[in-house]
Amino acid sequence: MAQYKLVRFTLNGKEVEKMVDVRASLTDMLRNDYHLTSVKKGCEVGECGACNVLIDGEAFNSCIYLAVWADGKNIRTLESLTGPDGEISDIQQAFMEESAIQCGFCTPGFIMTAVEILETKKLYTRDELRKLLSGHLCRCTGYENILNAVEKTMKRRLGVPVE
Amino acid sequence: MSIVGKSEIRVDAFDKATGRTKYYEDRMPAGALFVRIKHSEIAHGFVKSVDTSEAEKIKGVVKVLTCFDAPEIDFPTAGHPWSMDPEHQDVADRRLLNTHVRYYGDDVAVVIAEDEVSAMQGVRALKVEYEALPFVLDPQKAMEDGAPQLHDEYPHNILKHTSIRKGDYQVAIREPGLIRVEGWYETPTVQHCHIENHGCFAYEENGRITVVSSTQIPHIVRRVVGQAIGRPWADVQIIKPYIGGGFGNKQDALYEPLCAWCSVMVGGRPVRVDCSREETFVSNRVRHAIRFHITSWIRPDGSMAARKVDLYSNQGAYASHGHSIVAKAMGSFPQLYPCDNMECDAYTVYTNIPAAGAMRGYGMPQASFANDSNIEECAHAVHMDPVEYRNKYIMPQGYYDGFSKNCNYYDSHRECLEKGKELIGYDEKIKEFAKDTGPIRRGIGCASFWYNTAVWPIALETSSNRMLLNLDGTVTMQCGETEIGQGADTAFAQMAAEAIGLKSYKDVHVVSCQDTDTTPTGLGAYASRQTYVAGFSIRQTAELLKQKIFAYANKLTRQSEHNMEIRDGNVVRKGDGKVLISLKELAMTAQYNPQDSEHITAESTFTIKNNAYSFGCTFAEVEVDIPMCKVTVKNIVNVHDCGNLINPALAAAQVHGGMSMAIGYGLSEQLLFDPKTGRPLNNNLLDYKLSTVMDHPDLEAAFIENPEPTSEFGTKALGEPPACSGAPAIRNAIYNATGVALRKLPMNPHNLFAAFTEAGLIHDEWQEG
Repeated sequence: MAQYKLVRFTLNGKEVEKMVDVRASLTDMLRNDYHLTSVKKGCEVGECGACNVLIDGEAFNSCIYLAVWADGKNIRTLESLTGPDGEISDIQQAFMEESAIQCGFCTPGFIMTAVEILETKKLYTRDELRKLLSGHLCRCTGYENILNAVEKTMKRRLGVPVE
Repeated sequence: MSIVGKSEIRVDAFDKATGRTKYYEDRMPAGALFVRIKHSEIAHGFVKSVDTSEAEKIKGVVKVLTCFDAPEIDFPTAGHPWSMDPEHQDVADRRLLNTHVRYYGDDVAVVIAEDEVSAMQGVRALKVEYEALPFVLDPQKAMEDGAPQLHDEYPHNILKHTSIRKGDYQVAIREPGLIRVEGWYETPTVQHCHIENHGCFAYEENGRITVVSSTQIPHIVRRVVGQAIGRPWADVQIIKPYIGGGFGNKQDALYEPLCAWCSVMVGGRPVRVDCSREETFVSNRVRHAIRFHITSWIRPDGSMAARKVDLYSNQGAYASHGHSIVAKAMGSFPQLYPCDNMECDAYTVYTNIPAAGAMRGYGMPQASFANDSNIEECAHAVHMDPVEYRNKYIMPQGYYDGFSKNCNYYDSHRECLEKGKELIGYDEKIKEFAKDTGPIRRGIGCASFWYNTAVWPIALETSSNRMLLNLDGTVTMQCGETEIGQGADTAFAQMAAEAIGLKSYKDVHVVSCQDTDTTPTGLGAYASRQTYVAGFSIRQTAELLKQKIFAYANKLTRQSEHNMEIRDGNVVRKGDGKVLISLKELAMTAQYNPQDSEHITAESTFTIKNNAYSFGCTFAEVEVDIPMCKVTVKNIVNVHDCGNLINPALAAAQVHGGMSMAIGYGLSEQLLFDPKTGRPLNNNLLDYKLSTVMDHPDLEAAFIENPEPTSEFGTKALGEPPACSGAPAIRNAIYNATGVALRKLPMNPHNLFAAFTEAGLIHDEWQEG
């Protein structure tokens, strides 16, 4: 029989609480209870990165993170990057402009890892960025334009010239 | 005339960047029941019984259906247009659930439950009793006398055998002084690995059945669902929302028929089938593993006197796209490197592995690997530079193929090779790399490919289109062609805006979500056809729409319809360019005129009776660590002549994706099966080695834009071609670096160790160095 537990956490800047099935993954809770459908399911065992969200600023595959562990945490999904009037962040704009989006299924996960990278305010080499992004699989883009979008946004934020 | 040819941002980019885009699972009706599938745990045999009693006791389980409940209807699944000629219809060889199971993973029974956990517990509680039969995994073994037989109607498991005979091979090989270049070339079973697994949900409404599915081919799936569940096709409605990639796997009816039947069996309640990643690998479709035997007879100057090619294609358990794939592969041989005397035989053979279907390239990644590997060996045999060899013997300008009526109007192959050489720095690097003799060696290799655009004359080519003039002067457009992630909608919007005369591609709203009840009939995303075929119906429909606009404008402005054109969203007088009326004003007036109201719309179908060659090549630079048996791709360039580019940035992005797939095909991907049981061994994204961003160098896409004369917008195939020539280019680079002619994909450390050992390259001296 299913057991339920109360979790209280911050979700995209808002304090929330929910009774959740103790067996549910964070992916399940975000999608089913909060309708945050940017959180995608590609493997449900932590291999593909499509369900990636930020938990206290750190990127996690939400499919292998229990919903009950969210208690007391600050969780951010891609939906948090869009402002109340539909304004979007520089990294989203860069994904659009660099043609880094094709089918769009891996995009939310990639962008949230990019947010984690950008928030470190460090300048990484292209090879370092490859390593930092390697937890995500994409079959459409060959990663080329995704890497370009992240690298350019990083440089712009740090005031480093972009070729 | 400037909307086509510009790198515009995708029409769906904003929604995808914000996570708003809805895929099938994001549109799920509340309360949909979960269908979970019991898959066969033997590679071949008969289901004797299924004990459902324990499963039915589980709380939440609504119904259990087994192979003994399924309708006795055999149906085909391939995403091919319906053929009115029964001889050309796809092979109908499977049922919704099968008592005769033919691979480890075949569909035996389903549990329908209120929640996912109960459904999965129900599947685990089913007790299936089998009568196991011997099985066979290899196509040539399956052809032997006494091999296990999969389908009674196909002796020796041969689904089909076709041949090409040209000149006289047997006589030609007697010419004195010929050099024989012979080899077996082997390609593995791989999977599409779109990041969104296939899934769908179905429900009944007003006595009809609706299936919302992650598919590339909504109209074809409607027909297959009708066939499989024994309902009139018009009783079925398929809805295709945005989909998370397809690459050919979703160019097949996958679980839509089973899902529709399950809904019917629970009184039309909504039910859902969601494939897990493990199921996607095994119980959807895979790419055919094809084994080639090539014998080339060349003269001392390298010219090809005679050539024999045998192809053995591993079909797996069910026909799906069947022989079409290896037939296309075979068809490329006489054309890419023409030869007067050829004998080619292609066999498609059933075996007890998952069913192979369409996958990006449709036989050409396999053919390109075998052909351009052998061609490289031919060049070596006569001590010619491999690029020079290709330049001399590849399809010449003006080459005409009588069947497809395709003509190589330009010298596309040589132009692409020349550009590739320049971009990779070929001449300097081969001199530098020739000095490498130690454990780390560098090399450059190239490979060309052959491709057709669309499927005419093999099958129907049709495109339908509907345009509606909106009250604000913009146009809403419905195409029969589907967006599956490649950017088709954006290209269509650009072409339509240009054809009508609108200001921007943003003035065309492409209805991306398709519904077979309302979307004009189309065939869907396959054969790298859509930009080419949609071009015809977009142009034709735009002309019809303009005629209606001009007729109404004539009533309002007194000017002749023949003296009008549309520029930047205004109807103007051709003679002096005077703006007569804006489309917005015209549309509003037409709609709300109390005397003469009109909703201005146009619709048409274009039957395409053309095809188009689409060519190109890959150059790859590798570093081979011989003792580690490790290959690193340092640089890679693809050059394509796909005609005029509609959207250069999206074209390059498409090429990057294909190159990535080709690198994986070359170096790491293979779906493995246990030889003792037929069980898949690595059907997950951890053990199946899909390239990550760390496994690639930067990918360079380049184009030669020779306008295609048969095409409305000068364009031709680009969807699949980028996936074709990468693996053989890497293979040839390794060959040129090490002198070892690899014959088997993937070129992973496991296979390299065997080949390097055989070549005497693995020895203790490396360690001392």
